[in-house]
Amino acid sequence: MLSKRIIPCLDVRDGRTTKGIKFRNNVDIGDPVAMARHYYEAGADELVFYDITASSDRRDIMIDVVRHVAAAILIPFSVGGGIRNLQDMRAVLLAGAEKVSVNTAAVLDPGLIAAGARDFGSQCIVLGMDVKKVEPSETIPSGYEMVIHGGRTPMGIDALWWAQEGERLGAGEICLNSIDADGTQTGYELTLTRMISEAVSIPVIASGGAGTPEHLCEVLTAGHADAALIASMVHYGTYSIQEIKDYLHQRGIPVRLHW
Amino acid sequence: MVVIIDYQAGNLTSVVRSFKVLGVEGEVTQDPDAVARAERIVFPGVGAAGRAMAILKELKLDQALKKAFDKGVPILGICLGAQVILEFSDENDNTPCLGLIPGRTRALPRQPGLKIPHMGWNTVSFLRQHPISQGLPESAEYYFVHSYYPSPAQENMVLGVTEHGITFPSVMGQRNLVATQFHPEKSGRFGLQLLKNFLAWDGSYAE
Repeated sequence: MLSKRIIPCLDVRDGRTTKGIKFRNNVDIGDPVAMARHYYEAGADELVFYDITASSDRRDIMIDVVRHVAAAILIPFSVGGGIRNLQDMRAVLLAGAEKVSVNTAAVLDPGLIAAGARDFGSQCIVLGMDVKKVEPSETIPSGYEMVIHGGRTPMGIDALWWAQEGERLGAGEICLNSIDADGTQTGYELTLTRMISEAVSIPVIASGGAGTPEHLCEVLTAGHADAALIASMVHYGTYSIQEIKDYLHQRGIPVRLHW
Repeated sequence: MVVIIDYQAGNLTSVVRSFKVLGVEGEVTQDPDAVARAERIVFPGVGAAGRAMAILKELKLDQALKKAFDKGVPILGICLGAQVILEFSDENDNTPCLGLIPGRTRALPRQPGLKIPHMGWNTVSFLRQHPISQGLPESAEYYFVHSYYPSPAQENMVLGVTEHGITFPSVMGQRNLVATQFHPEKSGRFGLQLLKNFLAWDGSYAE
């Protein structure tokens, strides 16, 4: 049976890992390559790196990080943040990432998903979605709106529609981040996750809000997520991946237990 | 020495990297002569069968692979490489494939609540002993990404199976050819052990 994936997420700025609360007040918590190696050995099923480096001329630093991470681990990892075009995708994939995640650039230019899927295959194109809860309206019937630029710019696009459109364009997976839950550690946005996961046939990774193993249990059952992104709860050593997986296994959720 | 066939079907970085971890520099090539001369061949790939076959033919790699197979050179097919070694694929409207082993590639049946592509870690249960599975647990998780699966004509070619909606062959072997639907190069230490076993294998296998 297919295991539910547990995926630590590392925000990287200027070649260092940070963890922000609601995208602000980022604090430095370590070397991304050492952390990748640690999580690989600790039983992470996959890793996600978000490059939050502000200036575009620092892109080379991230490619260097990707290359070192690729040499250090033997599990898949994806890279997102600042992927604007096919050249960015190619650079990240050739440096050793299995997948690229597109978010802002895909909303602004949906053709990028289709072009990426055509050139590199759907399996390496992850549609990253930052979503905010709003009052349902004619333009946002689901009550969940797409936001871009790290949560700052609402787009007037319905998240449910966009998820299905992303699948149609060729995305192989969706990484669904709730802006409202992000960094709160009070649990994932279950309603949103379930709604999106049921509306598409590609896997959905839930993101934002993980604070306890119970939160993962909820989103992987009631939330219908295929994978769960975690950050603070493991970055600060509150829980180990083994503890989280044992908890899920005891509750009958299929997880990878041997590594 | 390992020859890794590059037929423009996906990123070979992680395959090359895994062999490097094992101390082996893979020779990535599109040259049919290099494939025909090879002592050991890895045939990886992700993508669609139709395009893959068109490129293999254009580069004359289809004939080179058949020759190598007939010669008894150890060959490891991975993912798409484990599919196009069969005779036909349901992908892209019944695509004629290499036919190194009898059988066809089929689509994973769609079912309510079942995610396709099949992406992530899933259990491989080995059914038969093979040099490739030496030292590996009888069942363990490996990393998959695919929507089609190989279905060899003869049951004794199935070395291992996996479940996703249906139970499908995830490891196959016949003579000097082994193939995995999963990605050993992305499957942690068990995947690495499988690659190490492949490097040590002389290509003989009595079914």
